[in-house]
Amino acid sequence: MEAAAQLDESALEQRFLARVDAEEKIEPKDWMPARYRNTLIRQISQHAHSEIVGMLPEGNWITRAPTLKRKSILIAKVQDEGGHGAYLYSAAETLGVSRDQLVEQLLSGKAKYSSIFNYPTPTWADVGAIGWLVDGAAIMNQIPLCRCSYGPYARAMVRVCREESFHQRQGYDLMLHLAQGTAEQKLMAQEALNRWWWPALMMFGPSDANSTHTGDSQRWKIKRFSNDELRQKFVDFTVPQAKFLGLTVPDPLLRWNDSKQQHEFGPIDWNEFDQVLKGNGPCNAERIAARRNAHAAGAWVREAASAYAAKHSRAGAEHVDGR
Amino acid sequence: MEDKNQWPLYEVFVRARGGLDHKHVGSLHASDARMAIDHARDLYTRRQEGVSIWVVPSKAIVASDPTETDSLFEPARDKIYRHPTFYDIPDEVKTL
Amino acid sequence: MSAAAPQVGSEALFRYVLRLGDLSLVLGQRLGEWVGHSPALEEDLGLANIALDLIGQARMLLSYAGEIEGRGRDEDKLAYLREQGAYFNAILAEQPNGDFGQTIVRQVLIDAFQLELYERLAASHDERLAAIAAKSVKEVRYHLRYSSDWLVRLGDGTAESHARVQSALDLLWPYTVELFAADELDLAMADSGIGPRLPEVQSAWSARIEAILTEATLRRPADRPHAWHGKRGQHSEHLGYILAEMQYLQRTYPDARW
Repeated sequence: MEAAAQLDESALEQRFLARVDAEEKIEPKDWMPARYRNTLIRQISQHAHSEIVGMLPEGNWITRAPTLKRKSILIAKVQDEGGHGAYLYSAAETLGVSRDQLVEQLLSGKAKYSSIFNYPTPTWADVGAIGWLVDGAAIMNQIPLCRCSYGPYARAMVRVCREESFHQRQGYDLMLHLAQGTAEQKLMAQEALNRWWWPALMMFGPSDANSTHTGDSQRWKIKRFSNDELRQKFVDFTVPQAKFLGLTVPDPLLRWNDSKQQHEFGPIDWNEFDQVLKGNGPCNAERIAARRNAHAAGAWVREAASAYAAKHSRAGAEHVDGR
Repeated sequence: MEDKNQWPLYEVFVRARGGLDHKHVGSLHASDARMAIDHARDLYTRRQEGVSIWVVPSKAIVASDPTETDSLFEPARDKIYRHPTFYDIPDEVKTL
Repeated sequence: MSAAAPQVGSEALFRYVLRLGDLSLVLGQRLGEWVGHSPALEEDLGLANIALDLIGQARMLLSYAGEIEGRGRDEDKLAYLREQGAYFNAILAEQPNGDFGQTIVRQVLIDAFQLELYERLAASHDERLAAIAAKSVKEVRYHLRYSSDWLVRLGDGTAESHARVQSALDLLWPYTVELFAADELDLAMADSGIGPRLPEVQSAWSARIEAILTEATLRRPADRPHAWHGKRGQHSEHLGYILAEMQYLQRTYPDARW
């Protein structure tokens, strides 16, 4: 019986791979290898956690935004990020895991999220740098994901990408105003670039040689380009943008290679990356504490809502017959 | 930190504008249907993407069994006479 | 309204519009503090949505106020560079967020007020105010739906949630007196057909609140007199901190554009 089952399993896997190769989308109830399912759960939930944690470094400037227009833009941006987290949790849940389980993993420290959000935003310029560089890097990662093999993830990414370009533009626009402003504003912008440049490059993950998950992810069309490819593309796009701002990229080894038609850049400090990943970054503890506190402080609210719903199972004043 | 009474999952369908069908856009958690409508409004229609929202508890969705895909959907494949392009109507005959 | 309705001076209209704008500004600012810290991800979005609407209302109203004043102050100069005594929001808006329940109580009380106010302002003799009110009333209707739904869930949820919102209601109730305490400015606006008569707003507000509190199984607190007058620039201790945070960048870099 077992041998027959194994044969079945391998035939199913072959059929699955053929579908992926043919660019067919895999949907929630389709057969998939357990490793594919688990890889996706890990990747999608990490992405979702990143959006949620990402609301904090920028959210902390909402009350101090320097104009009402900037305040509105920032609220809308952070709202979008929360929304992206929600789309992604929703996509992860189609794979058989619950939102509450995922949140539990984040708060207990078991789950990872993008290390970039463990850096502080001490000045207004950091808000601009995040929009320009962090969202810029995210876009580079996310556009290929719109074509990933898993249907719900691909569709969530299409929504996300549509909203993300506003995020990058508002960040760049913010930096432009600073770079063209007073001497103090220009200095603020340069210092923010100095702080965020290398962490943004690290967002693309370890170099290909040191990357553990890439092989499978590329076979299953979850990951369509390698870390180094995306990182190179990001550098090539972003350096001219910095030049236009009149700011200096903090890399003395950065130079244009004419024969390769791309920029060469200096070595990344992978030590720093590892430390931040391990939880020793400047804000790791703060970020998780903020999320834990929000979750704990809100427990009575969530319980009350459930208790109310249990007492009154009616749909309220909605048209229950809907259509 | 396990939550008592986790909020159930709802599937969300949005009609982008009059004349179109409601389309599935994703899911969300809410404690009741009214909250689900509010959440759907805040989550899926911020950019004027909707004029009408349906929310359905996920557990109410009945789906076709994917292992029966072949028997449910394959037979229609060779009944191409259901498609208008199967029929070769002479050019002289208009409005058919 | 009679054709011979008395005119109001621009100074009076300026102050009246600031009252409306500052209420939205300060309440929006308070809600901005919640982002990333709400009980659920969806509530982060819900509260952010209300904050965004309120800041939008503040922008329209402050811009208009600046035009009325005619001294070149735009929405940002008014929002960021006035000193405390020149803000005219009712002080209910500046009260602390407290827990989610307290925020919801404060929200219901003000949403119901803004709804009755804007519905009447949509018929204002001042065309600009009428237009702003007509746009804002739709937003505020949704705000009240959101906040009152939550108040009902919390009031009629668990024993703990009921106790929390009842005590928040008892705490914030005295600040509602100011919303309806008509002074010479309110009377002048009503006489000239620009603003509503506050007693009318009050009875409509009272009826709405009564219905919501009943459904929420909450007890309406006894009315108590309250002597604060944020409408006249006399504020609680809280506004100072709110402004210090809000105005920081503009005050620190006076020549900068953002």
